[in-house]
Amino acid sequence: AESPFKADIERAQKELSEKMTPGAIVYIPGSSVINKTGSWRVFKPEFNRDKCVRCYLCYIYCPEPAIYLDEEGYPVFDYDYCKGCGICANECPTKAIEMVREVK
Amino acid sequence: MPIRKVMKANEAAAWAAKLAKPKVIAAFPITPSTLIPEKISEFVANGELDAEFIKVESEHSAISACVGAAAAGVRTFTATASQGLALMHEILFIAAGMRLPIVMAIGNRALSAPINIWNDWQDTISQRDTGWMQFYAENNQEALDLILIAYKVAEDERVLLPAMVGFDAFILTHTVEPVEIPDQEVVDEFLGEYEPKHAYIDPARPITQGSLAFPAHYMESRYTVWEAMERAKKVIDEAFAEFEKKFGRKYQKIEEYKTEDADIIFVTMGSLAGTLKEWIDKKREEGYKVGAAKITVYRPFPVEEIRELAKKAKVLAFLEKNITIGLYGAVFTDASAALINESEKPLMVDFIVGLGGRDVTFNQLDEALEIAEKALKEGKVENPINWIGLRWELVK
Repeated sequence: AESPFKADIERAQKELSEKMTPGAIVYIPGSSVINKTGSWRVFKPEFNRDKCVRCYLCYIYCPEPAIYLDEEGYPVFDYDYCKGCGICANECPTKAIEMVREVK
Repeated sequence: MPIRKVMKANEAAAWAAKLAKPKVIAAFPITPSTLIPEKISEFVANGELDAEFIKVESEHSAISACVGAAAAGVRTFTATASQGLALMHEILFIAAGMRLPIVMAIGNRALSAPINIWNDWQDTISQRDTGWMQFYAENNQEALDLILIAYKVAEDERVLLPAMVGFDAFILTHTVEPVEIPDQEVVDEFLGEYEPKHAYIDPARPITQGSLAFPAHYMESRYTVWEAMERAKKVIDEAFAEFEKKFGRKYQKIEEYKTEDADIIFVTMGSLAGTLKEWIDKKREEGYKVGAAKITVYRPFPVEEIRELAKKAKVLAFLEKNITIGLYGAVFTDASAALINESEKPLMVDFIVGLGGRDVTFNQLDEALEIAEKALKEGKVENPINWIGLRWELVK
């Protein structure tokens, strides 16, 4: 699955200037995607495809959203933006998502 | 032709707002400024001013509504005083940081406790670090004129900072004087439309205003606000010059009065300058070499002008209706900072006067003169701060 923010990321990387503007106004819409918030994560969702029933609850509940659906309807986790909040694991009815401590 | 009407400073401020044609006015009533939004709401209700008048539930909301409207790209106006201004405090920083040229009228009033509705400058002085420009009016005409000038400077692309115009509670807000109301066409020419290039809402140009800045960017943002305030010094001079050309009334950041050959120059702001000039006339007749200076622009602080003024005097004496608890009056402190690296500087004395609406009388000025003269004679100042007109028997 492709990030729905791909175009935003590419545009921001190309056009966003760090130069301070009056009022610190940001003129590139959607440019916050260049801040990869995945580094905030302490626990990482690990996905077990065998248990997944494709109910999409994780996809719906993800507040980022950092979960996309692949061609077959299975969730794909975008670790660039997943902050490890664990909502997906909590909502998953079949326990197909497990939160494991990040090891760096 | 401009018309002359007899009016209070509050009405003059409302007339200034009407002439500036703000699109949004949000205000909450507070003594002594209530009449300003009252009068403006009349203008709006009568169809004399085409604007949105937002009745809010607090001053915090009033200034927040102005921030929202200004961020959407329109000219805004509000008015408050004292506790109301204090309640606006956090939003004042936001207005400046977002570079929104809001203009606000203040009926300068003391702060609680004890509660007091009368005049001093503690309310605006306490907001001196917020990034707002500060103008102080000597009389009702100046209240009107300085609001127009404040818009001109605030909206200048080189500045883009909010501005407050203060005029003394009751002494001006509730006292009638003849005021010349300029022609609308000339004001339109002077101000023009507010057409911001930075902060406005357009679905075709999505932007983020008021965003989060991490340590990697916050300091740069603060620097640009500081830098804009520095640039405002020149822009204010230009606005004063253009105002004089169009309306015939001259303004200066610091206006001097009989300072040539003066040994002692008294420095003040607001309506006290009127009292002071009359007293200077009297003292000159009695043979004292005294002069006066009125600070019209307190933020940005007129550093260069203070330095020029300092060259003319042996003693600079500050008369100020505010006190920084734990130090001196704020004007004295700022002037001291302006002069700190000058190789030659006058002696400086600070007089705290007229807090909470106490009248500043000629007798009090005589008392201040005596202290300034002593400094002049002895060539030194042991303790710069002097409370004048204090009823010592109540505190000793």
